[in-house]
Amino acid sequence: MSETPSELKYLATHEWARLEEDGMITVGITDHAQEALGDVVYVELPEEGQNLSSGDEAGVVESVKAATDIYSPVSGTVIAINFALDDEPEKVNQDPFGGGWFFKLEPIDVGELEDILDADEYQEVCDEEEY
Amino acid sequence: MPFVPHTVSDVEAMLAEIGVGDIDELFDEIPAHLATGSLTQVPEGKSELAILQMMKARAEADSGYACFLGGGSYDHYIPAAVWDLTARGEFMTAYTPYQAEASQGTLQLIYEYQSMMTALTGMDVSNASVYDGASGLGEAMLMALRANKKNKSGEVVVAGTVHPHYTEAAHNIVKHQGITLSELALADTGVVELAALPSEVRPTAVVIQQPNFLGCLEQVDAITDWAHSLNALVIAVVNPMTLAVLKPPGDWGRQGADIVCGDGQVFGVPMASGGPSFGFMCCREKYVRQMPGRIIGKTVDLEGRDGYTLTLQAREQHIRRGKATSNICTNQGLLVTAGTIYLALMGPQGLREVATQSHHAAVTLRQRLTAIPGVSQAYMAPVVNEFALRLDRPASEVCEAMRDRGILAGLALGDFLDIGQGDNLLLVAVTERRTTRELDAYVSALNEVMVGSQ
Repeated sequence: MSETPSELKYLATHEWARLEEDGMITVGITDHAQEALGDVVYVELPEEGQNLSSGDEAGVVESVKAATDIYSPVSGTVIAINFALDDEPEKVNQDPFGGGWFFKLEPIDVGELEDILDADEYQEVCDEEEY
Repeated sequence: MPFVPHTVSDVEAMLAEIGVGDIDELFDEIPAHLATGSLTQVPEGKSELAILQMMKARAEADSGYACFLGGGSYDHYIPAAVWDLTARGEFMTAYTPYQAEASQGTLQLIYEYQSMMTALTGMDVSNASVYDGASGLGEAMLMALRANKKNKSGEVVVAGTVHPHYTEAAHNIVKHQGITLSELALADTGVVELAALPSEVRPTAVVIQQPNFLGCLEQVDAITDWAHSLNALVIAVVNPMTLAVLKPPGDWGRQGADIVCGDGQVFGVPMASGGPSFGFMCCREKYVRQMPGRIIGKTVDLEGRDGYTLTLQAREQHIRRGKATSNICTNQGLLVTAGTIYLALMGPQGLREVATQSHHAAVTLRQRLTAIPGVSQAYMAPVVNEFALRLDRPASEVCEAMRDRGILAGLALGDFLDIGQGDNLLLVAVTERRTTRELDAYVSALNEVMVGSQ
């Protein structure tokens, strides 16, 4: 059974978003997603300084069996990307909510987080997929 | 291979089974006004004997000439072993190697091919080939747009000295995919003028051909550095045979070219009136995920033995669908087989000999031809095995007169390029296959045509 931390927000496409204390938003893919993908072998990240709107393609995660687009949960500017994934993409599998983060955004409107799924709603999406 | 057609009763039985009256009814949903009607251009069938006679007559019409044609396809010698081995059933009938455990031979062959191509081009990776050099250029442009994170303008600057058919074919492939082509004007010198390189452009990629369509060697180091200074990727179009004696694109300028493509016909593939051949594509490792087509990798099996397999398939259309790196995954398997056997047979030393002999024969012939009144060297830039002559009359007329004397003298450049007095330019290619007797015959025939017989 995969983990779905309650303090995070989610997209039905399996990204998570965490509002940090400094007002920035960290984005990654969920435990459920990494489990479904299998061994992650490569992550294509956005560019630092790139402006994203919510729902924009922000990268690609590639596993041994699939390649999936990553979407931005909110609008904002990319202020940091997780360079460690270049050499250790397996971090996405090992620690999806921690060391396996993808990028950080400076959001235009933090309120956009209210429009996306909370943990319970996301869990329902995952449960439906199981059947 | 036997051909087993459906008999009339087979067809009737199949139609009856699904409850359809006749074949046309199967296509009912296509609106009548879209149907082409009868295929008036396709003639009636012929007997096997009639076909053989016709093909023999056509083949004979091509034979008996000394060939100095080039412009992208060259008459190099093909050792007998190349097609003798290529035509073996194991290679000839092999299907695409999806099933690694049943396809180790084919997979290893493509892996060896990739290794040899990266060594020749000075790149890190090669794919398993594409259709031909021109489609390879189109794919390289699309790849550059995906790979260039710093410049997404979609503008691709193409040197005016790139083969016009390549530019045209690439344009057809990329024009509806967010790429616009602009051309660096063709200069009188036959090469890209460094002083004329524009400073106001911001291209995603720059395309350079070496040697260029006119046979001349470009100043690739300076052009590569110029392109990189604009954050453009450099796409090199090369004749791979010339890489036996020229600096590999991976060493061009300070950083080297980013993507290399071209046609593999020079490696064991007959000219065959222009095709088929195979295209190659190589690139830097950092762009490998943007590379279209198949890539074969080497690995080990559970018992630690070497094994080969399709790799990086997640980029491909059966997984990435509309976002795949290309919708062409087919490689030119059989022709690549011939090319690989050719390369293995010749080795680095053999390739160098072919390129060197072709070069010496070309410059010697050029010297002798330019001594003929009305014939001069069109461009001063160095060449490998192909050069342009300026004549005092239309090159097409001269070609015709030379053909009557048993010589395919070259390409009339006016048929390809719209340049000043282009009609008088003749592009001549020489390979190691041309004998002293043939070279002598060319000189005396051209002398006869230009000056008149004594």
